[in-house]
Amino acid sequence: MVERTPFLNILTHLILGAGLVLLLLPLWIVFVASTHDFRTVNTVPMPLWPGSHMVENYVFTWQQSQFGPKMLNSLIMAIGVTLGKIIIASLSAYSIVYFRYRLRMVLFWLIFITLMLPLEVRIVPTYAVAANALRPFQEIINVTRISDLADLLFGIRIVLPEWQLLNSYTGLILPLIATATGTFLYRQFFLTVPEELLEAAKMDGSGPLRFFWDILLPLSKANMAALGTIMFVYSWNQYLWPLLVVTDPSYGTAVMQLQRIVPGPLFGEPPRWHIAMAGTLMVMLPPLLVVVFMQRWFVRGLISQDK
Amino acid sequence: MADISIQKVTKSYGRTQVVHGVDLEISHGEFIVILGPSGCGKSTLLRMIAGLEAINSGKIAIAGRVVNELEPRDRGCAMVFQNYALYPHMTVGENIGYSLKVAGCPKAERARRVADVANIVGLGEFLDRKPGQLSGGQRQRVAMARAMIKEPQIFLFDEPLSNLDAKLRVQMRIEIRRLHQRLGGTSVFVTHDQVEAMTLADRLVVMNAGRIEQVGTPREIYHHPASLFVADFIGSPPMNALRAHVLRPGLAKLQSGAEIHFDPTLDATPGSEVTLGIRPEEVEVVAPGSEGALIVSLEFIEELGSGHLAHGLLEDAHFVVAFAAGTAPRKCETLEVSFPSTSIHLFNAETGLRILPKLDSYPR
Repeated sequence: MVERTPFLNILTHLILGAGLVLLLLPLWIVFVASTHDFRTVNTVPMPLWPGSHMVENYVFTWQQSQFGPKMLNSLIMAIGVTLGKIIIASLSAYSIVYFRYRLRMVLFWLIFITLMLPLEVRIVPTYAVAANALRPFQEIINVTRISDLADLLFGIRIVLPEWQLLNSYTGLILPLIATATGTFLYRQFFLTVPEELLEAAKMDGSGPLRFFWDILLPLSKANMAALGTIMFVYSWNQYLWPLLVVTDPSYGTAVMQLQRIVPGPLFGEPPRWHIAMAGTLMVMLPPLLVVVFMQRWFVRGLISQDK
Repeated sequence: MADISIQKVTKSYGRTQVVHGVDLEISHGEFIVILGPSGCGKSTLLRMIAGLEAINSGKIAIAGRVVNELEPRDRGCAMVFQNYALYPHMTVGENIGYSLKVAGCPKAERARRVADVANIVGLGEFLDRKPGQLSGGQRQRVAMARAMIKEPQIFLFDEPLSNLDAKLRVQMRIEIRRLHQRLGGTSVFVTHDQVEAMTLADRLVVMNAGRIEQVGTPREIYHHPASLFVADFIGSPPMNALRAHVLRPGLAKLQSGAEIHFDPTLDATPGSEVTLGIRPEEVEVVAPGSEGALIVSLEFIEELGSGHLAHGLLEDAHFVVAFAAGTAPRKCETLEVSFPSTSIHLFNAETGLRILPKLDSYPR
């Protein structure tokens, strides 16, 4: 039973308050650091109250780091990945839940197992595919000796053209789209949709695609918002993959750029922490805004699957 | 107008067979009610007509066309589901008009037809509401309007009233019957509620364990139940059943030795065991001490308002006697009764089938 005494109330609030401070303190320091000039930010101890150079620091950072085009790239990538994930996840879950075919459960578990294979694990083969998207097919042709057979029969060798995705939005987006989390989330949601809705739609003459579009998708709005929010933050924060696939600075993302403005002794740069911190806050802002605006939907999508 | 012909239809899920070779002919314009206890295969049969369940063997034809392989939408049926199955994100109007939208009906015509149908079921003012904002009865109406809008040949009802409260159920029952008469389609209605079944049906189909026990008008089924199961299932309270031994045509003996006279034309083999059935309302109460009276030891009396039911024991079997209002015994420990010979139903004790008159004495 939950006890309610004034003492316990105060204690719980104190613990919660301490947690809040613990969480917010680093952010506060980042903010404070971004409002001082070069000298103050490097004094020990650093002041814990904002200084007067905020506007100047932020304007300088924005211009120096080319955040305009970089943020646009990040936005294109994040939106692309998010939309792609929602489309792939909803379609694959639809197939797994609503259609009866052989290997259905095997396929589901195959998808599910990839939850345990983050991008970092498969990054080398993924890079190889991004460098030439048709290479797996070429490999299949080579291994199965279809090419030799064709050579024998028709005197032609099958050589697929190279199709590389490096330095393109496609390369940034496509390899990140496959999503076990999303498929799982959608599967769980589809399982809660009463079967009678499907039957009613059948009686109303609606085919599978129509049912998906007219009934399942509108019903999964909250689900979609939750998935979209998580995935937007996830893809906005991608660092390793863009770093690998993009060498042309015009496709660089904001998070990649952030690394360049962090000073390092490696380059013999002076520790311009005030600029780095201002940049950090700017890069944090878009995902933060998305979470704030989507919060209501987001929570609903994660908590209540029914009604 | 369409008729439905069901021939030797079977259905099994894995190894369990739920429908065992059902034959049924439904002529157009009929209101057919399929009645049976839960798990008897009645809903499965309905869903096979609708096309929501595949048929393992046999054949279903609608209006002379075999529909075994047809998609639900091509069968010309509309269905009302037990839980209404309304699309929760669509307004009432969109729900009703969805099948027209799928069929590519122009918007203006759709709106007109939706309004027409909504007015018939009295939902004209609710077209912009979501199903979640409606009461149970209103949702039921939406489900019916949705079925009506396609002007189907056949209406299928899958226990549509079982989620409503008792009063609303009676009201909706009357409305469904009225709509059936007005629209003139063929209706197949599945229920486990015998009052619903008796009041709605032109013909009643009683099912048990995947088989049809009896098909007939409600009156036929009530007065001439084809088996002990039907006799027990139809009628509230159910028919009284007593074990008896046939002495000779027209005379049987209960376990206690009491002799009962029944219709001598019935084809009961002397020496065989039978189950003797009599409806509670047909039991005659006789004056104490009458000759040949049977003695029921009463346990309690149920008050129905319109009458009373006296529950007791006769020959160690539960026995019920129905009384009209105000005529029930106040408080007595025994009741003396006799059975008019014309009210007695005989059933084969082993098969449970009704014992019919001998062929040569058959009245028809």
